[in-house]
Amino acid sequence: MSDKKHLIVVGNGPVGHQFLESIAASGKAGDYHITVIGEEPRHAYDRVHLTAWFETREAASLNMVADGFYEEHQITAIANEKVEGINRADKIISTDKGNTYQYDTLVLATGSFPFVPPVPGHERDNCFVYRTIEDLEAITAASKDAKVGAVIGGGLLGLEAAKAIKDLGLETHVIEFAPRLMAVQVDDGGGALLRKKIEDLGVKVHTQKNTQNIGDGETAKHKLSFADGAELETDILVFSAGIRPQDALARQSELEIGERGGIVINDNCQTSDPDIYAIGECALWGGRIYGLIAPGWDMARAAADHVLGGAEGKTFTGADMSTKLKLMGVDVASIGDAHANTPGAKCYTFIDEQAEVYKKIVVSESGEHLLGAVLVGDAEDYGNLLQFALNKITLPEHPEAMILPNLDGSASVGLGVDALPDTAQICSCNNVSKGDLCAAVQGGATTVGDLKACTKAATTCGGCTALVGQVLNAELTKLGVEVNTDICEHFPYTRQEIYHLVRVGQIKSFEQLLEKHGKGHGCDICKPAAASILASCWNDYILQPEHAGLQDTNDRMLANMQKNGTYSVVPRMAGGEVTPDGLIAVGTVAKKYNLYTKITGGQRIDLFGATLDQLPLIWKELIDAGFETGHAYGKSLRTVKSCVGSTWCRYGVQDSVGAAIDIENRYKGLRSPHKLKMAVSGCTRECAEAQSKDVGVIATEKGWNLYVCGNGGMKPRHADLFASDIDTETLIKYVDRFLMFYVRTADRLQRTSVWLDNLEGGLDYLKKVIIEDSLGIAAELEAEMALVIDNYQCEWKTTIENEERVKQFRSFVNVDGGDKDIVFVQERGQIRPATEEEKARNEDLIAVA
Amino acid sequence: MSWTTICSLSDINPNAGVCALLGEEQVAIFKVNGQIYAIGNKDPFSNANVLSRGIVGSLNDTLAVASPLYKQHFNLETGICLEDETVSVPCYQVRTEGDLIQIAI
Ligand code: SRM
Ligand SMILES: Cc1cc2nc3c(=O)[nH]c(=O)nc-3n(C[C@H](O)[C@H](O)[C@H](O)COP(=O)(O)OP(=O)(O)OC[C@H]3O[C@@H](n4cnc5c(N)ncnc54)[C@H](O)[C@@H]3O)c2cc1C
Ligand code: SF4
Ligand code: FES
Repeated sequence: MSDKKHLIVVGNGPVGHQFLESIAASGKAGDYHITVIGEEPRHAYDRVHLTAWFETREAASLNMVADGFYEEHQITAIANEKVEGINRADKIISTDKGNTYQYDTLVLATGSFPFVPPVPGHERDNCFVYRTIEDLEAITAASKDAKVGAVIGGGLLGLEAAKAIKDLGLETHVIEFAPRLMAVQVDDGGGALLRKKIEDLGVKVHTQKNTQNIGDGETAKHKLSFADGAELETDILVFSAGIRPQDALARQSELEIGERGGIVINDNCQTSDPDIYAIGECALWGGRIYGLIAPGWDMARAAADHVLGGAEGKTFTGADMSTKLKLMGVDVASIGDAHANTPGAKCYTFIDEQAEVYKKIVVSESGEHLLGAVLVGDAEDYGNLLQFALNKITLPEHPEAMILPNLDGSASVGLGVDALPDTAQICSCNNVSKGDLCAAVQGGATTVGDLKACTKAATTCGGCTALVGQVLNAELTKLGVEVNTDICEHFPYTRQEIYHLVRVGQIKSFEQLLEKHGKGHGCDICKPAAASILASCWNDYILQPEHAGLQDTNDRMLANMQKNGTYSVVPRMAGGEVTPDGLIAVGTVAKKYNLYTKITGGQRIDLFGATLDQLPLIWKELIDAGFETGHAYGKSLRTVKSCVGSTWCRYGVQDSVGAAIDIENRYKGLRSPHKLKMAVSGCTRECAEAQSKDVGVIATEKGWNLYVCGNGGMKPRHADLFASDIDTETLIKYVDRFLMFYVRTADRLQRTSVWLDNLEGGLDYLKKVIIEDSLGIAAELEAEMALVIDNYQCEWKTTIENEERVKQFRSFVNVDGGDKDIVFVQERGQIRPATEEEKARNEDLIAVA
Repeated sequence: MSWTTICSLSDINPNAGVCALLGEEQVAIFKVNGQIYAIGNKDPFSNANVLSRGIVGSLNDTLAVASPLYKQHFNLETGICLEDETVSVPCYQVRTEGDLIQIAI
């Protein structure tokens, strides 16, 4: 026998697991024989995101234990075994399997169990709780033969359960005893609005209902009878009426227990027996049970530190109970003293019935500190307000400005994150401080996605996401990195905000925009961005004289400038398809103007070396031969790559070329925050590399699989599967909405990949907006796209037909002729720009054709 | 010093530039809020004649054009590069006579 001590953890939930991770992180796991015993059939999983199980219906997606974690730290993990007794005198625990284990130190992390009110009938079939993966499996199975579901309890969890049942396709009811939903966190005003939002999800809400009996129903399985005489029939019933600490073991072994349950602990998380610790939802500290994950994790860290000798002096001294509901489309948050119970507290309330927003802040008597807040309909300020409350930051003179909308475009009164100390905890779920985030940014993180990956911040409840973004931007700015919020010194707005200003204000020119919302003369950052926004809003011909000066030369000259001041010419070859006659025409033009010819990575032909004055001449010939501009210059659709597909390929299951051509012709000309690339493959072999595109389509036996937000380039990203086996009509509908939503909301020069990685709610949110129309904007997006498509014009055709415009392509304003400084040399049978040495040597130089 | 007529005001789009050829010299002429400015057209960073095709605007209240190739800015009144003051392009005197733009050479 070794003399290592035995450390046993009872309960393998998120908190028990955090305890093990803390021990492992200390590097001292090897000093102990560690055993964790859990009653559930699997090891620790992410209960906070339990509802996400419905997305994949696979337990593995919630797993919290990293591969090889137990092996690496020599932890014995036992599942499916319940600890039934503690013999404190001999330090032995015993289990339902008849096993006994010796401990030196015992940690109780047994969590809590759902409270089921003792209503007659509560033990009937098809009555569930909402706590474990098995509960969800059982609810899902029962839902197959059910039409109606009801949840008893309208708190945070009850609402989450109700939404899940609704999503299973059942008519759904929430029954609440109190006069409003989320009674603990939200006040009357917020409750009324919250109710409306929940009802908008299609869930029926019944408040002030005291359930007195559950019996047989007539039209459904059960009938609920309420104290006021009302009745409700339902097939499935879920109890979500609060939690109770799982303290049975502690009671049985006579540890000190709170009056209303819970294992009493001190600041080190020790129970009344110093060799036994209790952490998480089973523990009672300061007379209180903390039913949230963050306090549980704090306890786990404190207990681990103490078990290891207290080197870091971590203790648990209470926690904040502010929360944010994580229901899609329903923004609700509550901070601190939401009900203004503190003597002398003053409230400010803002209600916008139109936008369905309710905000209240509770301020101390002196007006100096924020005590609490309730936000419904718009919880964007949650992070900011929470920091004010937690860090006791002095409020501005008019605290109400913090919840009032800023209409005139003045900067919103937030807390500059600069005001926060490095120790300020930004992500309470994962205990990530401002200092941790700054260190990660200094270490190379440049997006919220990066920060999530390397610090875990914003990966649990998501409540801190906005604030994490602010810290990121502030730190990037300090490091001198250009931050994508204020577009430039002339406009204190993001691209997205400018888009809205333009659209809502019906702004049609840069001058108008500058006058109303900006200052100075504009610059090479805001002008092209405004031009692109004006173009995607009104799709006005790009070369209108008043727009010309806004454009980058590439957009202005409708061609990409090369290193020697010449331009490239890229005719559109939709789907990469081109006829022999088309090829000959392109070849003839290339030969005539002595242009360098190359097949691009986007399945078409690029002609290089054209001077400014040659551009209209070259395009005239190409257009006469039936070609259109390929928009190789714009922030717009480049190519839709295709594979040859079912027409020729023996494996193809759909006409991928035909589809690619249709898609390319549909979206050509659309102006967007960055360039767009798409592809269509004829079967899963994926020869068109669709999964590396902003929009990727892969043929299936039944239709198409749609992928979105892929990227090649500097930081490749695999596209995400967005919808499967959809027909062509649905495909086009989704792509219309997707593109327009991106155009509306992305930042300047943000590819769809980066946009998605920064989109709060991620892919699921995007699916809800696009597929389920959760924001109710689908019709609008489609209409905007229809407008863009209707207004399509080949910019080169419009240009060469207008003499005034053609004039802009003269090399010189005062004389005819081209730039004599442009010279080439011959290489591999074609021209290329001469180098400076070659120019100096002045041999074998070729002038412009 | 003599004034050479280059073009008329309406030949330049608002807040944009054109290039004029004066002997062998290429001059970039800009019209910003009705005012005319003239600097050399050759971008010293690429040796390509392209400055007239850059975007004009202001940076900290200095009027400047951004090179379309590598995006350095040049002061429209002095020709000095804002990113690197040791680099500059020539700067020309301009005036308007009625609708005509003239350059001093
Ligand atoms: C011509 C071409 C290379 C070739 O000879 O094959 C090309 C040439 C240029 N690419 Fe590209 N890219 C070309 C295909 C690609 C591809 C492959 C593809 O589209 O399948 C990629 C990777 C896929 C992707 O974008 O996700 C690609 C990734 C980039 C990037 C990096 C984008 C990113 O998100 O990281 C840039 C830089 C940028 O856009 O900021 C870029 C930028 C450029 C620019 C515009 C750089 C510039 O400002 O001068 C080049 C100018 C081309 C011109 O004068 O026409 N090019 N570029 C290809 C034109 C395709 C076409 O027919 O339109
Ligand atoms: C649907 C849902 C949504 C939630 N959303 C949020 C949220 O958004 N934010 C937030 O902060 N919190 C949220 N919570 C609460 C959060 O999940 C809990 O705070 C957290 O799970 C507590 O962890 P724990 O380890 O203390 O307890 P538990 O997760 O309950 O884990 C305890 C484990 O111990 C096992 N166990 C108990 N007794 C024994 C025994 N005698 N022998 C062996 N094993 C035993 C149990 O089976 C269980 O696996 C949510 C909870 C649910 C159910
Ligand atoms: S993707 Fe499939 S259909 Fe298309 S070329 Fe490849 S194998 Fe053929
Ligand atoms: S505070 Fe919950 S994820 Fe950061």
